[in-house]
Amino acid sequence: MNILTEFAISALIVLGAAFALLGSVGLARLPDFFTRLHGPTKATTLGVGAMVLASAIYFTAMQTGVSLHEIAVMFFLFITAPVSAHLMAKAALHRRGMADAKQED
Amino acid sequence: MHRLLPRPALSAVIFLLWAALSNAATLGTVLLGALLALALPFVTRPFWSDAPRLARPGRLFILALRVAIDIVLANLSVARRVIGPVSRLQPAFIEVPLDLRDPFVATILSSIVSLTPGTVSIDVDQERWVLLIHALDAPDSDALIEEIKQRYEAPLKEIFAC
Amino acid sequence: MLTLAIETGFVFIGLAMALNLWRLVRGPDATDRVLALDTLSINAIALLVLFGIRAGSTAYFEAALILAAMSFVGTVVLCKYLLRGDIIE
Repeated sequence: MNILTEFAISALIVLGAAFALLGSVGLARLPDFFTRLHGPTKATTLGVGAMVLASAIYFTAMQTGVSLHEIAVMFFLFITAPVSAHLMAKAALHRRGMADAKQED
Repeated sequence: MHRLLPRPALSAVIFLLWAALSNAATLGTVLLGALLALALPFVTRPFWSDAPRLARPGRLFILALRVAIDIVLANLSVARRVIGPVSRLQPAFIEVPLDLRDPFVATILSSIVSLTPGTVSIDVDQERWVLLIHALDAPDSDALIEEIKQRYEAPLKEIFAC
Repeated sequence: MLTLAIETGFVFIGLAMALNLWRLVRGPDATDRVLALDTLSINAIALLVLFGIRAGSTAYFEAALILAAMSFVGTVVLCKYLLRGDIIE
């Protein structure tokens, strides 16, 4: 493995981990549920995305063939992340609506 | 041809995913992948709504590239907002009126909105065709609506011809 | 350089998981806990990918994939439960 690929892999790993951490900082710091919902989208998209890309480059450089495993993980995460965000937002809206109705009683 | 492959795009995705999963290009995996790509669209046909015709597949790659770049840029701007003073954020629910009238394309649009950090789509109202989104920091909601319509909805309408 | 980058990655992801755990315990609402659990498993996937690079083994990918599938299904089921008070209608 030459120095350039090693640098690229290292940079992607640190970048991905930093964004995953920032997403979690957002989850812990932001004031209410709907703003917190923005943190994990960041952790999945750029955080895990960059790390998975680093892994794909690493295993491609180590072995003879191309390593595509990682792309499947990334594809899956990119498809499921919006769906779970949407469902959680719906559940939160539903619960907020129920709490408001209870207050009016 | 049409009867053998009711959904060519779905078959291609299944085949490529199978190749990525097995991570080997032997004859066995290729044959099994081809078999799955032929069989799965038939088995799952009752679950699929009628997707609109892909009018301009080439534009799809341009849009995917644009979304990828936007994800990186939006990540940077959201990261700055998360570290900075939280009380100065202006989170808002925003209703984006849609021009497209197709559930499948609306799903793609809302997924793109959710994947780019800073905005999460919450609901698609299929009676009024309004996309309800939540923005982390939106001092100017009209500009955000305009951006979503220009950057993502207009290309999607062109690609799927709806 | 790569070893240092991987160690840094472990520290960052570990801190991120600790923050998720704090939100999971703290709440305040059930939806916040579901969100924390979802983020926790996404960070666990990142951790598994890192382990795979460090060990030089592709065997971790199956684990990461299964964790991704299970956490998605778990999140959907929990949200369904919060929405309807019932999982299977």
